[in-house]
Amino acid sequence: MKLLRMKPGHGEIVLAEGDIAVPEQERELIEAFRRELDAGMWAAVPTGAPGGRREAELVKSFAEVPRDAERVIFFPRAAGGAPRTTL
Amino acid sequence: MALALGTGAVILVALLWELMRPTLMRAVARGREIWLLCRRSSTPRSYDPGRERRAEQRARALLRSCIDEYDWAMYRDLGFLRVWGGLGERGRGDDATYAYLIYPHKPVVAYLPQTGALLNEYCVAFPDHSRPYGSSRLPDSDDVLAKWMALTADERRLIAEANMHLPGRQVDPDRVRHDLVRLSSWERKHLVCNRRHAERVDSVHAA
Repeated sequence: MKLLRMKPGHGEIVLAEGDIAVPEQERELIEAFRRELDAGMWAAVPTGAPGGRREAELVKSFAEVPRDAERVIFFPRAAGGAPRTTL
Repeated sequence: MALALGTGAVILVALLWELMRPTLMRAVARGREIWLLCRRSSTPRSYDPGRERRAEQRARALLRSCIDEYDWAMYRDLGFLRVWGGLGERGRGDDATYAYLIYPHKPVVAYLPQTGALLNEYCVAFPDHSRPYGSSRLPDSDDVLAKWMALTADERRLIAEANMHLPGRQVDPDRVRHDLVRLSSWERKHLVCNRRHAERVDSVHAA
């Protein structure tokens, strides 16, 4: 499993990589995962939906990441763009 | 008497100044250092077109690896992505009641596929406040991928975070309508190409 993070001016960077079946590597993945969530990032796992269509799944903890997921992508949390106009 | 008091006061002030001068000088020097550091960190690093281009190439590769081949071809050829809305009666899919157009660094536009009527603009951004290269803006394709992931994973949450406006606030409605025409023409061509390709494969297998 790879933990990737989108970064301005760079594209994605690999934060951590490891086999979740190996306890030590899983621990490292969990630590990196928590660090990113603490920094306010959102985490998504690209998945395949029924019918062959691809989708993504937002996860809030490492336990929610499917065991067979190849990647978890972190990206900055959404913020409203242009402010609401007051009438 | 007054002269003696005045002289004493002047001497006292001079002595106090001599005592406080090193501390004051140190404080001024430290303040100056802090000000310089703040100024340096707030100055944006120079724009490097090569770095931005490499970042965009990486982002495109990541986007391509996450979305369908069909959607990738759409983004590559048209510069935007269509995502079916999932909160309608018919759910997400080709017969969804509404859909979104995702543009890089522009609001997400909701529309009705049956009529082409524009519904709303959802202004949403993904600013990285760590500003690693002096900018909080993700590469274009990363912005599209972030919107795509958030919409397909938790549409309600993304829409709740966004600022909703009527069409035309930031994206020109005429441009969106033109893009919808381009999309429908692109889909027709894509369908014909796929059919021809399938026929060719069948004929090769038959031979």
